[in-house]
Amino acid sequence: MSGSASTPSPTPFPAAGNISDEDRENLRRNGILLTSLEELYNWGRSNSIWPLQFGLACCAIEMIAAATARFDIARFGAEIFRPSPRQADLMIVSGTVTKKMAPLVVRLWNQMPEPKYCIAMGACAISGGPFKQGYNVLKGIDRFIPVDIYIPGCPPRPEALLHGLTQLQAKIRGERIAGPDMARHLRPENPGEFPIPDYGARDLEPPSNPALFQPPSLPRKA
Amino acid sequence: METLEQIRDRLLARFPAAKIELVTNPGPAAEHSLLLEAATALEIATFLRDDDALRLDYCSNATGIDWPDKEIVETTKKSVPDPAGGPAKIIEEKTKHLQPGYLETVYHLYSMARKHGPVVIRLRTGNRSDQVTLPSLTPVWRSCDFQEREIYDLYGIRFSGHPDLRRLLMWDGFEDHPMRKDYVAPDDFEWEPTPHGSVLDRAKAHYPAPPAEPGVAATPPPNPTEAKS
Repeated sequence: MSGSASTPSPTPFPAAGNISDEDRENLRRNGILLTSLEELYNWGRSNSIWPLQFGLACCAIEMIAAATARFDIARFGAEIFRPSPRQADLMIVSGTVTKKMAPLVVRLWNQMPEPKYCIAMGACAISGGPFKQGYNVLKGIDRFIPVDIYIPGCPPRPEALLHGLTQLQAKIRGERIAGPDMARHLRPENPGEFPIPDYGARDLEPPSNPALFQPPSLPRKA
Repeated sequence: METLEQIRDRLLARFPAAKIELVTNPGPAAEHSLLLEAATALEIATFLRDDDALRLDYCSNATGIDWPDKEIVETTKKSVPDPAGGPAKIIEEKTKHLQPGYLETVYHLYSMARKHGPVVIRLRTGNRSDQVTLPSLTPVWRSCDFQEREIYDLYGIRFSGHPDLRRLLMWDGFEDHPMRKDYVAPDDFEWEPTPHGSVLDRAKAHYPAPPAEPGVAATPPPNPTEAKS
């Protein structure tokens, strides 16, 4: 699991001002709670991530299992699967994205309000997975929308989804609301919406968003 | 249930104008089938559904097959007498002819009322390019609806009389028929860690091998003696 390279490495509780995390923890043990707007804001957001309720393939079954009593995604505050993208914070791309489905997924992403996060769940959503060489499957959703957390697996177990969710929570807690390393959704240059590909005669047009994705150009070993 | 031969004979007696051929399956499943003509297929299908002995009221599966043009080589042996009086020579003659390709649909029929089946019927198009229209059997069996749409989508067989013939899996503006043998997928290969087979060929075309590092033995050039022979 990895975040994108542009965001800072997540720190659990970023403190405003000069006081160190260690000192704050000491004060906290003595009953004095120091906080900042940033910390409070991120604490609230990270513990109420509402996912968008949609599933694409077999990974969605594991996502449903993660919401049931045995795994219980409600322990992490993410149990409210919203049927409307206007009310959702998190898009879990759970399964194979066919080229026919890809424009609809991008449109749903564009309809979600900022701040929004994306989890690519499973091999197909990451890279096309076993269907990578097929004519009809998108080779990873990250060529049209920015992905925050990649969860490998075919399909990933519910525990892996919960791990991905906690990683996303750590990432949200590490976001800054001001300064040079400000969170992505607060930056004025953040597009928020991404171009929706068209159905072409043989493939999607364009097949990927060049602003987001460049195909890897690794040399082949002889 | 009657055997397929009995069904064929009964159909031929009932529809004298129709041409019905028994296609045998040489495999262990021995699932033989009846090859119908496009012109009479709809009547015969209705008869198969409504006939009291058969009552084939359920089409469980409709699928398509692409048979591309096939070059058939026939070898004939001919003995040529030697004019000098020696033993006759045997000459092999190879004749090639092109068997034109066609598209085919296969329907598997069962009877829920009589609890028997399957009876397999086939339909063939004239060729693979312009004579690709076959009668739709959706008016006879409703379960053919989506399956005929899928056949149209992936093989390009047009079903006349289908109530709603649109693509099912690919989008409407898509031009090809991907399950045809000569379909060429979009050239969108991406790097793979362990390519093999046809994927390796595509990898070679897209990601040329790096220049040989100094100190590492490069691939030896082809042997000149081999190249001559």
